[in-house]
Amino acid sequence: MIEAHFSGQQGSFRLDAAFTAPESGVTALFGPSGCGKTTVLRCVAGLIRFDKGKLIVNGETWQSDRKFVPTHRRALGYVFQEASLFPHLSVRKNLEFGLKRARRRSHTIAFDDVVDLLGVGQLFDRPTAHLSGGERQRVAIGRALLSQPQLLLMDEPLSALDRLSREEILPYLERLHEVLSIPVLYVSHDIAEIERLADTLVLMRSGGVRASGPIAELLSDPSLPLVRMPDPAAVMDGRVRDFDPKYGIARVEVPGGTLLVAGETGPTGAVRRLRISANDVSLSRETTKDTTILNALPARIVSAAPEGEMQMTVRLKLGADGKGAPLLSRISRLSWDRLGFQPGDTVVAQIKAVALAKA
Amino acid sequence: MFDAAIIEAIVLTLELAAVTTVVLLLVGVPLAWWLARSKTRGKEVVAVLISLPIVLPPTVLGFYLLIAMGPNSPVTALTGRSLPFTFEGLVVGSTLYSLPFVVNPIRNAFEAMGQRQWEAAATLRAGPLDAFFNVAFPLALPGILTGAILGFAHTMGEFGVVLMIGGSIPGETKVLSIAIFDFVETLQWGKAHMLAAVMLAMSFAVILAMRMVERRFASMRP
Repeated sequence: MIEAHFSGQQGSFRLDAAFTAPESGVTALFGPSGCGKTTVLRCVAGLIRFDKGKLIVNGETWQSDRKFVPTHRRALGYVFQEASLFPHLSVRKNLEFGLKRARRRSHTIAFDDVVDLLGVGQLFDRPTAHLSGGERQRVAIGRALLSQPQLLLMDEPLSALDRLSREEILPYLERLHEVLSIPVLYVSHDIAEIERLADTLVLMRSGGVRASGPIAELLSDPSLPLVRMPDPAAVMDGRVRDFDPKYGIARVEVPGGTLLVAGETGPTGAVRRLRISANDVSLSRETTKDTTILNALPARIVSAAPEGEMQMTVRLKLGADGKGAPLLSRISRLSWDRLGFQPGDTVVAQIKAVALAKA
Repeated sequence: MFDAAIIEAIVLTLELAAVTTVVLLLVGVPLAWWLARSKTRGKEVVAVLISLPIVLPPTVLGFYLLIAMGPNSPVTALTGRSLPFTFEGLVVGSTLYSLPFVVNPIRNAFEAMGQRQWEAAATLRAGPLDAFFNVAFPLALPGILTGAILGFAHTMGEFGVVLMIGGSIPGETKVLSIAIFDFVETLQWGKAHMLAAVMLAMSFAVILAMRMVERRFASMRP
C-alpha cells in the first residue's frame, strides 16, 4: 500500500495532491498537461521536494515532516519519458547498473527473467546510440526492474515513441503487469493507454486529485469528466473460457455475465482487458430475437445524465442483480424518454462490439 | 645535436607542464563540478575570477603573485618558505594562469550532461559520489581530456608569469620559452631555432591530440 500526500508552492504552480495506491497492480496518474502528475511522480521518487510531504511505501516512511530519504536510498525504479540510458555504457552494463547497487538480500527479480521478458538479450553488446526508440525504452524498463524496486514509477514511457514503437512496447508492459507483483505508478495523458494498462486511476486536475479508485468505476462515473470524452468506454477484466476456432470467437467471463469476443484472445484461463465503447451499447426492455448482435445481457441502470441536447449517458451494471461490471451506454434522449427508463430498472444491454483494449 | 642546456630546458618544461596539469585537474574538476551544479548566485563571481587570466597580461598576474608570495606575505608564513624563483612557485603560478583553460571545458561538459543522467543514476541506487565517478566523470571525460591537454599546452608555452616569478635559473625555473628568449638575447640563433622547432612540433601534437579526443568521443554523445 502506498500513501502519498504532497503539498506546496513552486513558482505559480500549487500542488496539493493526496492519494493511496494498492500494493499491487498499475495505478495510473491521469490528467491534462500541467496538472502536476509528473511532479507527483518526481515527489514520490524524491527527485523534488515540496514544503510538506508524506509518503509511506509498504509500511516504510520515505518522507514525512521530519524525514526525507534521498532518491538513491529509496527502493524504486524510474522509467523516464526518454529512455535516458547511460551513453558511455553498453546495454548489458546499463542493465547491470542498478542490479549491482541493489541490496543483495532484496534480489528477487532475476537478470535472465528480465532479459527474456523484455527481449533485450540480442542487444547486449550494442552501444546505446545504435538502438531504436522502442529498444531503448525496453532496456530502460529492464534497467529499472533490475534495481530490485518495491515500487516502479513510469513517467509517460510511451509518449516519446512513434506509433510503431509504442505498439512494440505495450505487449511487454502488459506481460510485466501479469508477472510483476510490485506496484506500478504510471503517468499518462493518453486515456487509451490507461484503459489498457491501469487497474487503479488517480484523476488529477490543476495540482490536486479530483478522484481516485478502481478504473472500471471511475471510467463510468457520470460525475467525472471522463464520461464526457468523445468516445467514453467501460473497461473490464475477463477470463477466457474457451475459443471457437470455426468462427474465431471466444467466450470471456466478466463480472455479471459472459461475453463473446471476436479475435485472438489467448489461451483458456488468460485474463484479458476488454473495452466496450458507450456508443456500441444500446438498451431494450426485452431480449430481441433474430438479431445479429451477439452480446445481449441483462443489466441494471444505475444512473443517467444528459449529454448535450440530444443524448444520454447511461451507467449500468451487468447482471440482473446489478452487481457485475460497470457498463456505459450512450443513447438518444428520445429513446430514453420514449422507453421510460429509470435508474433501478433492469434492462437488456445489447453490445455491438466488444474489443480487447488497445492503445 | 642538443646540448645539455637545451635538454635541461625541455625536460624542465615537460616536468612543469605535467605537474601543473595534475594539479589543474585536482583543482579544476571539483571546481568545474561545483560551477556546473551549484545553484548559488555567487558562483558566477568565482567563474569570472577564474577566467581573468584569459585577458589579464601575464606580467600583471606574475606581479601580483610575486607580491602574494613575497617574504612577508601570509602565503609564505603558511608554507614556511619563499616560493618565488622556485619550481613550486612556478607550479602555483602556472596553475592559476591555466585554470580557465581547464575549468571552462570541463564545466561545459558537466553542464551538457544535464540533470537527467544524474537523476537516472540516483533512481538506480547510485549515491552522489558513486554517480560522480561512474556517470558524471566518464560522460565528461572528453571535456576533461580537452581541459588537460589545453592546460598542459598552455603551461608549456607560458612566458610572462614565469619571467616575473621564476627568473631564469637553469634546471629550476629556466623553461623552454625563457631559454629561447635568452638564446635570442645572446645571439645564439641556431639554438633558438632548435627550441622553437621543438615547441612548434609539440604544439602541433597537442592540437592533433585534441582533435583525436573529439573524434573518438563523438559517437558517445547522448
